[in-house]
Amino acid sequence: MGKDYEVVIGLEVHAELKTDSKIFCGCSTAFGAEPNTQVCPVCSGFPGMLPVLNQKVVELAIITGLALNSKIPDYCKFDRKNYFYPDLPKAYQISQFDLPICMGGYLDIEIDGDKKRIGITRAHMEEDAGKLVHQGNITSTTFSLVDLNRSGVPLLEIVSEPDMRSASEARAYLEKLRAILLFAGVSDCKMQEGSLRCDANVSVRPVGETRLGARAEIKNLNSFRSLERAIEFEARRQIEAIEDGEAIIQETRTWDEDKQATRSMRSKEEAHDYRYFPEPDLPPLRISHEWVERLRTVMPELPDQAQIRLQESFGLPSYDAAILTLTPESLAFFDKCVELYPQPKMVSNWMMGELSRLLNQNNLEISDCRFGPAELARLLTLIDEGTISGKMAKGIFEDMFASGKPPDQIIAEKGMTQISDQDTLIKVIDEVIAANPTVVEDYRNGKEKALGFLVGQIMKATKGQANPGVVNTLLKERL
Amino acid sequence: MELYELTLHELLTLHNNKQASSEEIVNSIFKRIHQVEGDVKAFISLDEDTARQKARAADSEKWPGKIAGMPFGLKDIFCTRGLKTTCASRMLENFVPTYDSTAGARLNAAGGVLIGKLNMDEFAMGSSTEQSAFFATHNPWDLTRVPGGSSGGSAAAVSADEVPFALGTDTGGSIRQPAAFCGVVGLRPTYGRVSRWGVIAYASSLDQVGVFSKDVEDCALVMNLIAGRDPRDATSLEVEVPDYTAYLDAGIKGMKIACPREYFGQGVDAGIQEAVKKALQKYEEAGAIVEEVSLPHSQYALPAYYLVATAEASANLARFDGVRYGLRDGQADNVIDMFSNSRSRGFGSEVKRRIMLGTYALSSGYYDAYYLKALKVRRLIYEDFQKVFNEFDLIVAPTTPTTAFKIGEQIGDPLTLYMNDILTVPVNMAGLPGISIPCGLLNGLPVGMQLIGKPFDEGTLIKAAYAYEEISGIRCLKPQQGVI
Repeated sequence: MGKDYEVVIGLEVHAELKTDSKIFCGCSTAFGAEPNTQVCPVCSGFPGMLPVLNQKVVELAIITGLALNSKIPDYCKFDRKNYFYPDLPKAYQISQFDLPICMGGYLDIEIDGDKKRIGITRAHMEEDAGKLVHQGNITSTTFSLVDLNRSGVPLLEIVSEPDMRSASEARAYLEKLRAILLFAGVSDCKMQEGSLRCDANVSVRPVGETRLGARAEIKNLNSFRSLERAIEFEARRQIEAIEDGEAIIQETRTWDEDKQATRSMRSKEEAHDYRYFPEPDLPPLRISHEWVERLRTVMPELPDQAQIRLQESFGLPSYDAAILTLTPESLAFFDKCVELYPQPKMVSNWMMGELSRLLNQNNLEISDCRFGPAELARLLTLIDEGTISGKMAKGIFEDMFASGKPPDQIIAEKGMTQISDQDTLIKVIDEVIAANPTVVEDYRNGKEKALGFLVGQIMKATKGQANPGVVNTLLKERL
Repeated sequence: MELYELTLHELLTLHNNKQASSEEIVNSIFKRIHQVEGDVKAFISLDEDTARQKARAADSEKWPGKIAGMPFGLKDIFCTRGLKTTCASRMLENFVPTYDSTAGARLNAAGGVLIGKLNMDEFAMGSSTEQSAFFATHNPWDLTRVPGGSSGGSAAAVSADEVPFALGTDTGGSIRQPAAFCGVVGLRPTYGRVSRWGVIAYASSLDQVGVFSKDVEDCALVMNLIAGRDPRDATSLEVEVPDYTAYLDAGIKGMKIACPREYFGQGVDAGIQEAVKKALQKYEEAGAIVEEVSLPHSQYALPAYYLVATAEASANLARFDGVRYGLRDGQADNVIDMFSNSRSRGFGSEVKRRIMLGTYALSSGYYDAYYLKALKVRRLIYEDFQKVFNEFDLIVAPTTPTTAFKIGEQIGDPLTLYMNDILTVPVNMAGLPGISIPCGLLNGLPVGMQLIGKPFDEGTLIKAAYAYEEISGIRCLKPQQGVI
């Protein structure tokens, strides 16, 4: 199974655009406020209220389009998407239907060292809905409350082509898209706060078939992990169904995190008819070539460009470069650190090794790190200067991570300075030689391994603070 | 002569000359209202105490402005802060907005004194004001007849001297048709000329705020106050607003007037055709050039209008779901029942009919055949007008196919009722300005003449309408004594 089928995946990603105010009114978009404190008659759909487009939203959408190699048509418009739901105050969502702000485009992902280009169909602007707060479970609750703080928050929906063929490709696409949105400065992309949301369209077909199979749209994917798991589950489910002679029906399914399974929400027959039509309250949007070009000139460095720079200017392997450019924060950390400690591969090793291990263990982002690039640079300099050993550095690093203290302070507090002073070391060496006559004898008889044992004893006696290079030289002399 | 009988500009003159205080004017208005309102039933609500307070404030110069202390009425579709705004619907029977419409706020800022909120067809859907969820308004010329609609309360109140002027809205003729039925002046400005902010939407691409007044001069005065770009309405346009009173010069010599043959055809009462043709003759005698033209797509305007308007309405009225405001079925077991019960009880039959029509027209599989086709027709109608306006300054035609009909006469027959709009909807479909002025009487009932202008050229309409008042002597038509 699996050999004879291929999975076809397309993603629909909703990114919240980073604006201070909502898309059609002046209300704040700040996350986490008390329910219904960031609302006005416009975003709560009162009679006679009219939308006025926030120009910043258009600007961020254009920047995104440019970053995704899309075409920005000089004319686009808004449409009404009609459906009833208590969290949708006007009972229609202002969105873009047939003439979106971004057309076409692509991004490149890397899978096992191979580059793959994933097409982007379109990206369109729309307003978010509010949210329902249930007293307990949605099915048993006697009432639900509506919070409209989120109603009217600007979103960009980015739709990919069905170009992905595995869960890991889908994950790589979402990671890359997130990186691009972060670098372009258009979205915070916080999946846990809902500022980046993803639906996956999944179908399967026999290898060699060119037509697409019936697809399931999977919702409620709140993390990279659930995206991967849901696709894997869904592909398996569809293949099994086909092998059992069942037909796959087009439907919307939801990912159940507890059961690690997808389940049906509604079939195509039950699907909404959204009755899209042009939004008469907003004139069509004309976007001048000059505007687009002006935004192109102020476009920040994007992940692909940064990756090339890291490879070409610093000689980093492409693997390192790809990891370091996953977020602008990690790239900035790297760049700053290399500025102070110009050994890029060493910095990269520490960031990808120790730092990323600790961040992952603690479920943190690099922006949560309690020390900065200057502290890492200092730590690496201390190793080079011989003040501490590489091994000691790892311990100090963990301390830095936990306490946020600079390395010098940790070293001073714990008296951890490396001992390179010859007189001090000779004293210890002589004691060790005196205490281990048999081993010394073995060494003198040509047993090279015995030296290692003696070094170990010296390190033990100095609590690991002895400079291993100096110890080696001195020990040989004394023997 | 009572103060309530006067026009706005006459009242302003008296007030400026200290011959009448605002308090006297407003007292006179309420005296008249209490006299006739039982028969006319133009108002849904009155704001008597506040109005009298504002009048006193205006007299002590604490309520200043260009029309300080002057009374006016608003169709109950304009949101009024702290004052019930019902849209003549059970759905909004107890709805009190926290905000004012821009047009209303501009009149307040100019010192106007709001007298009350005027009756209308529910959510502006109708041509007789019989579709009000509360009561029908009666035509002051003949109480057994309708005042027209949907802004029937506004037209009737001005006609009955209950207010010197009022605002209404015109989506398919809802200002011009009732103005014609009640013998008053009714201007629907160009789409985008007056802000729609705070005006409850029926069909957003067709709705436009306009003026009811006793004469053309008052219409110009009020337009000076309400016209112009509003940053809160993205469809209101940045087009310079002239001083409309500067057009009150009757200079129509050499003006080129087009007379569209399609507006004088079958279904249009012969007496009305004759009255308008007589008016055209008077224009010619005064030096205007009148020629017959064709607007070939006129016949498609009405069906296309009923697709565009109902489609937009189906979305605009979807927000009345019982969740945040308005009528709500609190007994429903679940949210779907709450939605549908609230809407079933809150809306009247005509509103439901139009929501269903519009929902159908937008449905998957029907969109191209109905809504999209209607948009194409809309384009053709606009082009018809554009061609005529390449050669002419304005178009003159009857406003309505008949004079005011009897209450109850057409209520059971929606299609006949829809035909009332046949001469007015093309203007809305093309987004043009149109004004209806009384041009004579037919069997004791007013006949309306419609003047249609180029986009944003309300000035020419005012000029020509004023000229007709001067030439014909027909100005401030009053219903015969004894009717009310």
